[in-house]
Amino acid sequence: MSRATRGWIILGWIGFAILPWYGFESAATPALGDYLFGGSGLMLGLKGAWWLLPILVPLLMTLRPAAARATGAHSQWLVGAGILGLALIVLQGFTIGLNGWTSEVLRGLFGSPGPRQAGMGYGAALTATALLILLCHGLAARGWCRGDAFVTSSIGIVIALIAVFVFFPVSTILASAFGDDRGAFAPAQFMVKFLDRSVWGLDCLVGDLRCGVAWNTLFLGILVAFGTTALGLAFALIATRTSFRYKKLLRIMSVLPIITPPFVIGLALILLFGRSGSASALLYDWFGVPRSRWIYGLPGVFIAQLLAFTPIAFLVLIGVVQGISPSLEEASQTLRAKSWTTFVLVTLPLMRPGLANAFLLGFVESLADFGNPLVLGGNFEVLSTKIFFAVVGAQQDQGRAAVLSIILLAFTLGAFWLQHAWLGKKVYTTVTGKGDSGIPLPLPRRVALASYLTAIPWALFTVLIYAIILIGGFVRSMGRDYTPTLEHYITAFRIERSDWGIYFSGSAWNSFFATVKVAALSAPLTAAIGILTAYLLTRQRFQGQRLFEFGTLLSFAIPGTVVGVSYILAFNVPPIEITGTGFILVMCFVFRNMPVGVRSGIATLSQIDKSLDEASLTLGARSWTTMRRVVLPLLRPAIVASLVYSFVRAMTAVSAVIFLVTAEYNMATAYIVGRVEAGEFGLAIAYSTVLIVVMLIAITMIQLVVGERRLGRRSAHANAPALAVQALP
Amino acid sequence: MKIKKNFIAATMLAGATTVLSFLSAGSAQAQGALVMYCGVQEEWCRAMTTAFERETGIKVSMTRKSSGEIYAQVKAEGANPRADIWWGGTGDPHMQAAEEGLTVEYTSPKNAELQDWAIRQWEQSKNRTIGIYSGALGFGYNTDLIKSKGVAEPKCWADLLNVKFKDEVQMADPNSSGTAYTLLATIVQLMGEEKGFEYLKALHKNVNQYTKSGAAPAKAMALGETTIGIAFMHDIVTMLVDKAPIKVVAPCEGTGYEIGSMSIIKGAKNMDSAKKFYDWALTPAAQKLGADAKSYQVPSNKATPVPPEAPKLSEIKLINFDFAKYGSSDERKRLLSKWDNEVKNLPK
Repeated sequence: MSRATRGWIILGWIGFAILPWYGFESAATPALGDYLFGGSGLMLGLKGAWWLLPILVPLLMTLRPAAARATGAHSQWLVGAGILGLALIVLQGFTIGLNGWTSEVLRGLFGSPGPRQAGMGYGAALTATALLILLCHGLAARGWCRGDAFVTSSIGIVIALIAVFVFFPVSTILASAFGDDRGAFAPAQFMVKFLDRSVWGLDCLVGDLRCGVAWNTLFLGILVAFGTTALGLAFALIATRTSFRYKKLLRIMSVLPIITPPFVIGLALILLFGRSGSASALLYDWFGVPRSRWIYGLPGVFIAQLLAFTPIAFLVLIGVVQGISPSLEEASQTLRAKSWTTFVLVTLPLMRPGLANAFLLGFVESLADFGNPLVLGGNFEVLSTKIFFAVVGAQQDQGRAAVLSIILLAFTLGAFWLQHAWLGKKVYTTVTGKGDSGIPLPLPRRVALASYLTAIPWALFTVLIYAIILIGGFVRSMGRDYTPTLEHYITAFRIERSDWGIYFSGSAWNSFFATVKVAALSAPLTAAIGILTAYLLTRQRFQGQRLFEFGTLLSFAIPGTVVGVSYILAFNVPPIEITGTGFILVMCFVFRNMPVGVRSGIATLSQIDKSLDEASLTLGARSWTTMRRVVLPLLRPAIVASLVYSFVRAMTAVSAVIFLVTAEYNMATAYIVGRVEAGEFGLAIAYSTVLIVVMLIAITMIQLVVGERRLGRRSAHANAPALAVQALP
Repeated sequence: MKIKKNFIAATMLAGATTVLSFLSAGSAQAQGALVMYCGVQEEWCRAMTTAFERETGIKVSMTRKSSGEIYAQVKAEGANPRADIWWGGTGDPHMQAAEEGLTVEYTSPKNAELQDWAIRQWEQSKNRTIGIYSGALGFGYNTDLIKSKGVAEPKCWADLLNVKFKDEVQMADPNSSGTAYTLLATIVQLMGEEKGFEYLKALHKNVNQYTKSGAAPAKAMALGETTIGIAFMHDIVTMLVDKAPIKVVAPCEGTGYEIGSMSIIKGAKNMDSAKKFYDWALTPAAQKLGADAKSYQVPSNKATPVPPEAPKLSEIKLINFDFAKYGSSDERKRLLSKWDNEVKNLPK
């Protein structure tokens, strides 16, 4: 028996016998006695909560192997205890609710209302975790995953988290797709809603009628995915393979759009290209181009999404482009291939995992995007807005929202499947432990030219958009009245000095602090879970791996509104009662943003030669050590990408949090949406500018803390001696 | 090994503190607390919150959302309600919630002081929701754009069908916006169902966009993105006060209106505070706060001074709006799907 296992047995007992089993009501002021022993599962069980007592059985079972001397002895006891314990906790949690039995059958059998219980607290959480880990240790002792307890525990924890925070809420809402308004089972309703003409109609091909919303979404998604991948690649090539002078500037600018709160890009585009926009006015005055409403609809949404999602493609691709080994390219050159041939036949194919992942992310992001279609969509409807208004609009039809979500989900999963098919079983490893001293080839001329031609105008366009945003915060009313003013900033961020210290009296401070707190907490968690999952998916082989991978993608594919409503439905009642807390916001963000960590982790990991891990394992390091000292340092670009992305997303997401915010945990975006609704664009833009600055600072800090990956590749300028790959701690 | 253990310990400690600090719910339950979902503009919500706190010492936790969002949330939280009172926002979702039993009956001592329309709302909902303000539907136009077009200023619903306004009228999509649904119900009640739909079909040719949100046409008009916008008149007035070059019109044929409402959530954890707020919110002192926050609806207490900027309900020809019929979910579904099939999908 290892010390870790013994420790978890003790923790399991602490959770059951000492810590409070149930969560406290927020207004209650628990004494120390309530924290220790008094409210524990054991005490409550003895005092009459009989349904808690059976949990003693699995806890006692764990003592049998704990007494044994030999490591791995009686592992079947651990497995049995884990399975039984988790089953008991889940069973009692779901059958006994706040108001007695939760199902009619039980009420009929045992009388109404039956026993009641509140949501689970620290004790229950700790015991459940301990039982889960003991189960995994038991399985490792029985030879699963080559007996590696770290790997089995990681798999177990990730599966449990995904089950609780993704599958459970999502299944509660998707079930409503098959029900009618009153919740009764009605599959016929599903077919009616599913086959509706407004979803699949193809009228736009034959007349000037509208096409179904599903086709609109698909078309836009593919367009945006191609666009963002191409632009992202151009930026990545310029940043890594050329001696372009303003690289740093380019990098910052390409990252700006993701740190921009929603609505703002759309708003800026309207102020530029709307019928009364400044660019439209110039075009009219100079060239007589009639003012029109072309921006409202597919073109506007497409441009806004390109602006918003190119950086994601860039972040994914830059790691991949950096990782490509120059040796292969040099070999190609030595064999007398021209640089263009080398690029097409060697470099580009090696980028495939990056390209595929960037494409997938662009597509999925476009599908899930809500803010831009809302502002710029005009009469061009997409699924995400349609779902939002099916829930909150005048129809209030949750079933319809669920049906549309299923369609959206099917598109995403289809893209995922296609990506797998395209990548196939080829090998993309280019970061090996072997001496790798080549110099990255300069880009072939036409590729460099194409990159410059796409990236630079685009960067200038981005600058223009941000100029508008910056100015917008400092004038009275953008588009109408350009009198300079600080009024918006003062309303939002006033700080007063009062007798007892500094008082934050601006109307935005409250939501600002809450947002920063939630974002700062969720970013490291997201990155940790994301990278761990990526490691498990690429480096370990276990059964049900595909299903596991699918589960990690699921929450990303589901529109935010649906996630928001499903979180309320699932987590407002025992056993897990966390609505109204900051915790639910953090969990929501972690599991919505995790797929980016997973994707970029996979893209980077599939380049790193497994022999590096194996070398470490052969030298006696365990998988945890290997991961920490070899894999993680090589994964730095992926870590930065997922940290940045999740921090930023937590600060800018709208649709998912709109249902989860409370007075205490109000989010910046919910506040901004309110201001936009009230027509106070100036204030909304001013607040957004502040958020952008905060995020820029955060990104810089993340990059400083995580640091750059040192691959020991020479650049053409530095004539430093070749270094081998250094896996610095 | 040692580093690893320290690392694990640190991680666990950090995790534990996170969970501890975040597992405490924001919805307070002690005496003297109130959780409020607020369905109007942020500024007005805030003013109400502070004024009530100052008056009673009860701590208010206010969350602002659109009324559709509040309805969706109240419904989702039905099994374990988080909020105590739902104040403000258009009447339809309040009626819907009353119909589904998500809110409770309450008779306030202040009922006698209220306008008839507020009480009618209360009676039609079986005492579950009450009117706190009302606003008439209308349209506005951008004076600069209409001058440059050289068209006569529109005064009536019928004027909006003028061919010169092709692609110049903006309204919200009744599927997503309560405002636009009020328009749909108004036109049907004003002209009869058949004639009303003929009108909407003709109007469709002039509509450049069906927006998602009800107040969006007012904003687009203020920015000059559309010439005419159909919205609640008080939303247009807000833009007018902001010095946009626009004009508000009360249509000559008569028009419908909304009744902003208030309901107490069933299973409210602070029932006493909720009732206290309910009574207070019906007083003139509380209702006066709207105008201060640049919201120019007509208040429901007869004694509340009507803000001078507010469209005068007495000068507007109001139809006798049947909230019970047009607020019921069956009628709404029928009208919306009819509009979808017969109007929205028409070629221009």
